[in-house]
Amino acid sequence: MTLVERYTIQEVIGVGGMGSVYRARDLHFPNVVKLVAVKEMVNTAPDPLVRKTIVQNFEREANILATLTHPGIPRIYDYFSLDNRSYLVLEFVNGRDLEKILNETDGFIMEDQVLSWTIGLCDVLDFLHNHSPDPIIFRDMKPSNVMVNQHGHIVLIDFGIAKTFQTGQKGTMIGTEGYSPPEQYRGEATPLADIYALGATVHHILTRRDPRQEPPFSFADRPIQKINPGVSSDLVAVIEKALQYNPEDRFKDTSEMKEALLSVARKTGALSRIAVSTAVQNSGVKPLWIFTCEDEIRGAPTYYEGTVYVGSYDNNLYALNAADGQFLWKYPSEGGLVTKPAVYEGNLYFGSEDYSLHVVSARSGKKLWTYETKGPIRSSPRISEGHIFFGSDDECLHAVNLTTGRASWVFEASDYVRSSPFVSSELVYFGCESGDFYAVDFKGQLKWRSLAKRAITSSPTVVEQAVYFSSVDGMFYALDSRNGWAIWRFRLGKGSVVSPCAADNLVFTGSADGFIYAIEIQSAREVWRFKTEHQVCGSPVIYKDSLYCGSVDGTIYCLEYRTGRLRWQYATQAPITGTPLVYDDIVYIGSTDRNLYALLA
Amino acid sequence: MFNYFRQLFGKQDQPEGIATAPLSDQAIRTIIEQQPQRIEPAQLAAGCGQSVGKQRELNEDSLLSVTSLLSGNSGTLPFGLYVVADGMGGHQFGEVASNAAVRIVAGHILRKFHPYLFNLPAQPPEESLQEIMSESVNEAQKTIQREAPGSGTTLTAALVLGQQVTIAHIGDSRAYTVNPDGRIELITRDHSLVRRLEELGQLTSSEAASHPQRNVLYRALGQGDVLEPDIFTVTFPQPGYLLLCSDGLWGVVNEQNLYRSITETSSLQRACQNMVAAANAAGGPDNISVILVQLLG
Repeated sequence: MTLVERYTIQEVIGVGGMGSVYRARDLHFPNVVKLVAVKEMVNTAPDPLVRKTIVQNFEREANILATLTHPGIPRIYDYFSLDNRSYLVLEFVNGRDLEKILNETDGFIMEDQVLSWTIGLCDVLDFLHNHSPDPIIFRDMKPSNVMVNQHGHIVLIDFGIAKTFQTGQKGTMIGTEGYSPPEQYRGEATPLADIYALGATVHHILTRRDPRQEPPFSFADRPIQKINPGVSSDLVAVIEKALQYNPEDRFKDTSEMKEALLSVARKTGALSRIAVSTAVQNSGVKPLWIFTCEDEIRGAPTYYEGTVYVGSYDNNLYALNAADGQFLWKYPSEGGLVTKPAVYEGNLYFGSEDYSLHVVSARSGKKLWTYETKGPIRSSPRISEGHIFFGSDDECLHAVNLTTGRASWVFEASDYVRSSPFVSSELVYFGCESGDFYAVDFKGQLKWRSLAKRAITSSPTVVEQAVYFSSVDGMFYALDSRNGWAIWRFRLGKGSVVSPCAADNLVFTGSADGFIYAIEIQSAREVWRFKTEHQVCGSPVIYKDSLYCGSVDGTIYCLEYRTGRLRWQYATQAPITGTPLVYDDIVYIGSTDRNLYALLA
Repeated sequence: MFNYFRQLFGKQDQPEGIATAPLSDQAIRTIIEQQPQRIEPAQLAAGCGQSVGKQRELNEDSLLSVTSLLSGNSGTLPFGLYVVADGMGGHQFGEVASNAAVRIVAGHILRKFHPYLFNLPAQPPEESLQEIMSESVNEAQKTIQREAPGSGTTLTAALVLGQQVTIAHIGDSRAYTVNPDGRIELITRDHSLVRRLEELGQLTSSEAASHPQRNVLYRALGQGDVLEPDIFTVTFPQPGYLLLCSDGLWGVVNEQNLYRSITETSSLQRACQNMVAAANAAGGPDNISVILVQLLG
């Protein structure tokens, strides 16, 4: 068959909703074989007005294409109508579309390959979005609309045929478009919609999970690395950002997304084939002051009335002016200090590896009294109800009366108690190196106990009716604080000694796998995880809308706690194992490089 | 003198045939607040209601209610399991799916708790409450796909242990907490397309209420390869109620009327009948199932 005595149809290469696409030979070039793609649209609408509108839309598409020149967009050669059919004659792209490629490939397509296609697609979209006078929104990004030509370059096909949303029936599963963002279902199509659909397309290619067969907008439920562990976290982060529900949370435009992809490519080495501009980001955080001790700082500082107190492995407790880091006094104990001092009515309470709990005046550093246990003290004290509670390597939890300085009771655990107790609703909660977890009442009577598979060094925290802690067994636990029932367990990548903290409906922890985690309290779902370069041993703290946490990689990270996005980071000279303190917009963090740093929060 | 004593101790003659006026919400609230609510031992109480509705031939809903209590020197353990499942119309064997879902989920959970509740010495399960819930749903999913392929059902299951309510949820049946002051809080999330768009701020709630696709589910038990039920734990509302129901109830009776049905009677069973009656009075377009639970003491 030959159309308008010029295009000889050779083959059907695609069937769409309103017609077919053919490969045809252009007879105006008799001496060479010039192939073209002929796109046919059959207009069967009974209503003449609707029919007219359809033809106008098709013409508009032709007109748009005619103005576009880009290697990633097919050239248009001709446009005509016959009876109730309209035709576009386009450049024939010799290749396969991504859906076909995906179907014909076993296993996952290489990340480098996907990366270079994605960068190419960003390029085309960027070109369309910057079209003048009006930006062009592609609106229909999906694997079957992306061709890879014989040179391996991508070409976007099938321009701008609006698809109406199909009305579903009660009880039937919907067959959504799968790739479109939420706002597109309201008829809003912006460049940000194309960014989402591009993210969806890449997600499909990397995971081989067809979004048309999944609940709408459920990409977050199918983490890429869970399905295809070979994909780099950096690329995953880019795709996830493109797939944010709220358009304002995505990349602000395709060039920003392209920039992010290029920096992934730089990192993974896929860059060798792609030209890039170099721009290294440095957050430029400078400490307000630094104070150097004689040995490592492994514990957490405390703030009280303009003074910062911190213990060091050089046996001393230091008092420093919080504003400028000026040395005020030091108090020598006989052993290393790894606990966070507690303050109560002008006095400081802290345990030492010299087996003793020391009580000194916060103002002068003068010793008031000490209380001796039978082992080194690594558990930080908690003060409640006129008592000071802390654990010791003598395998006991001690409850010491604040006024008499004598033990009211001592609870015998089954191994070292290095976990710092938490007091709530007249119960004292703490873990033990044996893996036991205890809830003891104010008389020292066991209320309930629970057992992890390995040590619980982590200090628990109680929120409402649940107690949270992690264990070296690699689990993060949520127990009913009244009876110890396991409500849920969350598997961390490795063991953990990190003490959790909570904010809103999230609980935060870290693990030896190097990640900082945010977990939803009611459902135990991971909300985000942030990768540091080494184990996370220090505990996170929340201040305003940020989370602060150190890592054995030596860096203190400031993350947006709701999203896990990095705000800034600061590298110290050695591993950080302690917990930061944030007070009055200043972060105080000790490092095993012997320094205490004060940084602007 | 006699009159004086009669004034002091005597009963006023009541004219017959005048019914006592129903107490206002305010009055009931005051009574509830003033009542010494101490019930020993702490225990669960539940009522249920179910109706095919006015327009369907077949009841495709299933429900299950198990309430138990173990109390003694070793402590008090209220244990309850409540499940509502709404088999999907338009699919074959909707009622088969909902029946299977309810039985399999309950069977799995009760087997897991059997050694803890009824063995000596009691052995707590190793898994967490949420893990047990999740396993039970997966088991139901496998069975439905094997026994009634192509069918689907919603499932909203609440496991109550002490004060913790652990919920497994798929589809558009619902769980609410009902507070005595009239606040009704929806604690599950409908897995319906329209609801999803509403959550994402793409539709207003009034647009959603009249949307032609409001009954379309994107997730159901028995459907799809990967099942992702919502599983979470909340504290039992006290004082208050836990309400589970299918869309045959929540789709036609608004929260205000649900609250009124619950509070205008003191019996949970009667309250459930009231709610079902309200749904039928509103046309009863779909099967209706409801469970109302209270934790006393």
